[in-house]
Amino acid sequence: MLHFTRWKAWAIVLFSLIVCLFTVPSLLSPQTVQKLPTALQRHLVLGLDLQGGSHILLEVDSNAVRKEKLEALRDDVRKTLREARVGYSNLTIQGSGVQVRIREAAEVPEGLRRLRELSAPVGGLLAVSGQRDIEVNDAGNGLIQLNLTEFGIRNRIRQAVDQSIEIVRRRIDELGTVEPSIQRQGDDRILVQVPGLQDPARLKALLGKTAKLTFRMVDMSMPAEQALQTRPPAESEVLYSQDGRQPYLIERRVLVPGEDLVDAQPGFDSRTQEPVVNFRFNTSGARRFAAATLENVGKPFAIVLDNQVISAPVIREPITGGSGQISGSFTVQGANDLAILLRAGALPAPLTIIEERTVGPGLGQDSINAGISAAYLGMALVVVFMIVTYGLFGLFANLAVAINVGMILGILSFLGATLTLPGIAGIVLTVGIAVDSNVLIYERIREELRAGRSPVMAIDQGFERALATILDSNITTFIAATVLFFIGTGAVRGFAVTLGIGILTTLFTAFTLTRLIVALWVRWWRPQTVPV
Amino acid sequence: MTTQAMIFLGLGIAATILCLLVLFGYLPHLRIVPDDTKFNFVRFRRISFPISAALSILALTLYFTHGLNFGIDFKGGTLLEVQSKAGPIDIGEMRGKLDALGYGEVQLQEFGSNGEVLIRIAQQPGGDEVQQKVMTRVKETLGDNIEYRRIEVVGPRVSQELLGYGTIGIIVAIFGILVYLWFRFEWQFALGAMIANVHDLVLTIGFMSIAQIDFDLTSIAALLTILGYSLNDTVVIYDRIREMLRKYKKLAIEDLLNISINATLSRSIITHVTVSAALFALLVFGGHAIHSFSATMMFGVVLVGTYTSIFIASPILIYLGVAQGRTAHLEDIEEEPAKPAAKPAPALGKPAPQPSPVKR
Repeated sequence: MLHFTRWKAWAIVLFSLIVCLFTVPSLLSPQTVQKLPTALQRHLVLGLDLQGGSHILLEVDSNAVRKEKLEALRDDVRKTLREARVGYSNLTIQGSGVQVRIREAAEVPEGLRRLRELSAPVGGLLAVSGQRDIEVNDAGNGLIQLNLTEFGIRNRIRQAVDQSIEIVRRRIDELGTVEPSIQRQGDDRILVQVPGLQDPARLKALLGKTAKLTFRMVDMSMPAEQALQTRPPAESEVLYSQDGRQPYLIERRVLVPGEDLVDAQPGFDSRTQEPVVNFRFNTSGARRFAAATLENVGKPFAIVLDNQVISAPVIREPITGGSGQISGSFTVQGANDLAILLRAGALPAPLTIIEERTVGPGLGQDSINAGISAAYLGMALVVVFMIVTYGLFGLFANLAVAINVGMILGILSFLGATLTLPGIAGIVLTVGIAVDSNVLIYERIREELRAGRSPVMAIDQGFERALATILDSNITTFIAATVLFFIGTGAVRGFAVTLGIGILTTLFTAFTLTRLIVALWVRWWRPQTVPV
Repeated sequence: MTTQAMIFLGLGIAATILCLLVLFGYLPHLRIVPDDTKFNFVRFRRISFPISAALSILALTLYFTHGLNFGIDFKGGTLLEVQSKAGPIDIGEMRGKLDALGYGEVQLQEFGSNGEVLIRIAQQPGGDEVQQKVMTRVKETLGDNIEYRRIEVVGPRVSQELLGYGTIGIIVAIFGILVYLWFRFEWQFALGAMIANVHDLVLTIGFMSIAQIDFDLTSIAALLTILGYSLNDTVVIYDRIREMLRKYKKLAIEDLLNISINATLSRSIITHVTVSAALFALLVFGGHAIHSFSATMMFGVVLVGTYTSIFIASPILIYLGVAQGRTAHLEDIEEEPAKPAAKPAPALGKPAPQPSPVKR
């Protein structure tokens, strides 16, 4: 166990050193790191609990996705049957599908054929599953049922999450924060992590808005108050102003949808100096807007955002230039945020915040200090105790542990892992545990010495027998760390990572470095006694 | 230089001198456990088993009556850590303001002397969005004179899932370790370790119930780590027992277990000192964010873990029928047969802690 060939010894030393050196970029300032070649830029990332920031878990409202998909299906059915000139009645949404009754029995096959065309394979061109998004059934007696398949809905939700991630990213990028992380989590969730944010309220306000913008006409057939008391006309609905006080009767028909916007910028009204949002339409939007304003000069139209009326100005003259202005008694930040939302586009479905964890920068710095103090104290206690207990061999153990910690930090840097406060706790604990491998070896050497073996023989046997035990005992902890990694989130996962890496480096140092150090000592000093 | 810094400097110098004295041989090495101890640990099973059974039942009873102090991770709700920008905080006034919001019981916990307060508000009925509103209203109520150091809002579904994952995680970990030990040892060892393990977890949960430690995600981390470390200890002793089983073919199991425990005793104690040192540092300096984690670990690893490996995990092997048919006691054995096939000659023949009756 004590024999090392020259190249093997060098390999061990070089490997340990190189792994330790990966720590260096984490110790340099960010400016210096940027000058390094990209391969060497890997560095430790401080977790949100250390540098401060917000962790926000959003959920895509899958019921809204389902509902929207059902409504779209109903409209498609109506359109298809009208185009095919098939007479129908009782077109309704039933559960997870739509049903319709064809009036003439003779037209049922034609209707069925046309409606079947609505059903498309899921997954586009690469659809290998053979799954379709709609199931069309003839329930007899002229009744046709179109049901959304679970597979199709799941696919739609997945698409909605993908689109949402893209839009959330665009919105957050506008805030100009450093390194935000936006990830899909599970089927219908998005995890947003934004470090170093002073006030998450604005971020949450930006994320909480669907930002579905429409331009519609105000229905002047009756006052809104009357519509509230009786019933609004079928093609109109009552919407409120942003403060929720003023009701408006607004036509359901959309003049121009928000998708036709190509740009939105905050600005000031040239006359009133109020903050406004200036916007520009694309060609088709500009054409539709021009036609609509031309037709309705003198009538009010409404700018509706997420079912709230932002403003309802009267059209004074046709707007043909394809650009316009939204004024709605905004604050400067309000105008700015609306412009961001409009530029980023509308979310396919509302997002709900289901978990939020925010750490202010003050607490983060305190936690860093606490972690560093604990690490120093823990290491100092262990170092002193090991020397007092094992003397020179204690010093060897401390050397191995120091390199061990260096390697943990090196690997964490190399992986670009996130260091959290529990992660630091994991490192401190590893120091306590890493010396265990040395304790096992030394105690075994002592036993072999007591059994009357020569120093070299005792050291050799001590290593051989202790290493098997070290392997067994560390693997159990490694299993626990692995499980923790998979179930843990955020800071706890940081603990699992450092714990797991700590076990690997402990095994490495126990099997190679400690052995090498002792072997070199034996070769150079030719000891007559072993001072354990 | 502050007094605190002076104290640390003094301690540092003293520790350095101590280390140098030991290194240059002016002081003997510290031996916490004397060599060649011969405690009859196994005999204590007649005391330790009933005590452990009683404690486990007590812990379970506490869990079901007293309950765990579930944090917002598992119960949902809102947690705010605030610090007054203008010195000490009038906690009564703050409580009055928050109670007026009508969110049921609001827990306020003051710590430190800088006007730092931890506010906990239970989950409000009505789904995820309501929890966000609670936070906004608390912020409006407390006003601008407050720095928000930490805000956590966990909705009902997330907390349910976290609790589910935590429970599944612990079960998966226990099962995974069981399978590993089964491969590496015999099934009796795996089962023995498992019983010891569950015993550790049950007692630790009992401790958390008595101490009303916040049970949150870091507690799950603590429990899993306790699982890993206490097994680490058990495995070291089991390894030795297995080695002894191969070496002594006839020796009665009680004696064999005693020899194994005594042989690894020094290591167990020393390792626990180093782990305690690390945990002590975390407990003192780690800040309150990981305070409950450190406290739980201290209890689970240092107190329960050691006790379990020595007094539960090892003696239980007797009842699980490890190496049945061993009846001979030390006195009856004339000479241990060496087993040349297992290891090269010099390794054997002289078992480390020579049982004294054999020499006779």
